[in-house]
Amino acid sequence: MLVDVEARVIRNTRLSPDYNVIALAAPDIAAATQPGQFVMVKSGRGGDPLLRRPFSVFEVLRSNNRVDGLTLLSKRIGVTTRILFDAVEGDTISCLGPLGRPFEPVDPPAEAWMVAGGVGLAPFATLGEALLARGTKTTLFYGARTGAELFYLDWFRSRRIRLVLATEDGSIGDRARVTAPLERELRAFESRIPNPESRPAADVMVYACGPEPMLEAVAHVAARFGRQSQVSVERVMGCGMGGCYSCVIPVRDGAEQTRPAHYVRSCIAGPVFRGDEIAWA
Amino acid sequence: MAVDLSVQIGALTLANPLIAASGCFGYGVEYAEAVDLSTLGGVAVKGLFLKEREGHPPERIVETPSGMLNAIGLQGIGVHRFVREKLPELRRLRATVIVNICGSTLDEYVELARVLSDAEGVAALELNISCPNIKEGGITFGCSLHGTFDVVSAVKKVTPLPVIPKLTPNVTDVASFARASEEAGADAVSLVNTFLAMAIDVETRRPRLSNIVGGLSGPAIRPIAVRMVYECRRAVKIPVIGMGGIATARDALEFIIAGATAVQVGTANFVDPFIWGKLLDGLTEYMRRHEIARIADLVGTIDTTSREKQWISS
Repeated sequence: MLVDVEARVIRNTRLSPDYNVIALAAPDIAAATQPGQFVMVKSGRGGDPLLRRPFSVFEVLRSNNRVDGLTLLSKRIGVTTRILFDAVEGDTISCLGPLGRPFEPVDPPAEAWMVAGGVGLAPFATLGEALLARGTKTTLFYGARTGAELFYLDWFRSRRIRLVLATEDGSIGDRARVTAPLERELRAFESRIPNPESRPAADVMVYACGPEPMLEAVAHVAARFGRQSQVSVERVMGCGMGGCYSCVIPVRDGAEQTRPAHYVRSCIAGPVFRGDEIAWA
Repeated sequence: MAVDLSVQIGALTLANPLIAASGCFGYGVEYAEAVDLSTLGGVAVKGLFLKEREGHPPERIVETPSGMLNAIGLQGIGVHRFVREKLPELRRLRATVIVNICGSTLDEYVELARVLSDAEGVAALELNISCPNIKEGGITFGCSLHGTFDVVSAVKKVTPLPVIPKLTPNVTDVASFARASEEAGADAVSLVNTFLAMAIDVETRRPRLSNIVGGLSGPAIRPIAVRMVYECRRAVKIPVIGMGGIATARDALEFIIAGATAVQVGTANFVDPFIWGKLLDGLTEYMRRHEIARIADLVGTIDTTSREKQWISS
């Protein structure tokens, strides 16, 4: 069910000089949200900014078994994210959703490997919870520029989600892009399989969200080791409803990489796509 | 007080003057979860060519002050898939469907009109002769008085449906294009399409749109659009359908008072897909407050003669 709500800011937590987590009283949207879905946010009044911006739902907030809100993980970059960074308790933020095609969680014995780059952590709190509820063994590969920009590590640890960390400056974890430890572990996983030909490809499902070059690298490395992937893309969106045709991404039907690519709207055909479905540049 | 919101576009009666603008509402079905399409005066679906089109590569939109620039490039499924895949659903939802059509040649417009006249559930044809974003499209017709006259006459010959050319504001005198349309037999004109515009990222010195230039819409263009509707109203007798940055009922009323029989809402629907009920409520409230029974009686009632009638005593 699609809802537009003037959501009250319950709290706003600054994680760093650029990142914040804003909690919004939007229980109807939160209760209906599936992992990987997004909301369209309108902050401020009038013409600046004019259009809404898409945000993955980060956490679904519960108290006494009742859903009472959701949070957004935001990095201050533009007008909307600056307003979200500066918002204080009691402000209202217009919130439309839930929107988009969600992740498909896998069941045991398959494992789930979630790969996050920077603010691309956003969909993996809800996905992690959904996977754990199914009893699926879950790992988070999480990369950022520096250790000070790796957030919510204890949140994931306390839920028994294994963490594999990477930073560009080496302050925490591998000094590398997050795809380096992913590739290392995919290779190790493959070597543990006695006969790769006889095993289904879904032994590990790779989930990714982050900058598009990272998603492309994840999709390719997953495919190279015979694993499926689901990636959440972010394109410039005007409406989030399929009305404006601005957020298109080139895909090929049926994973046939020889077929011509065509544009689909990432707001309604995505934002989650199979990694082998996207016609990467 | 009961109010009558219905308006007449040629032989077509619309339940109210609010039409979802082409290019801003997908094929209509995308919005069925947000709004009962049968409550809209009309749904102008995304511009259709005969064949499927991929459109321009991203970036396709960029936000500007109180507006947005777009260069989508008329991505679309083509008329045949539209008739097969979308029209039955629009019929089921009881939408008043206005199909926006676009061709590279006169023959293509004629063929599109034939196909859609044979289809069940099309209420009117809007001729896209004004998209600023594609070289081969109808803008060549829309920027020439003869071209406008020729395409309207040719389509009128092959369809019983009301024909509504959608005019570009990127001409010296838009009213003369309204006149050419009327002389060619158009049932109404709609205006304005977007203003040709551009935006540049000064850090990279690159254009913000892949197509370099695009069409500007949103509240930023509204006063210019109101002026153009006013000019066209004075130039022709056929109905004028006004659009350009309408975001509230007061905005819609401004167009209606300037001379628009109906209005289209585009960019504002992106911001608020639940806008339609709010606009209808606002129109109704205004009519009750001003004791206007029929909204058709409000069309073109701008008062340019009388001066301020009373002083507020202090």
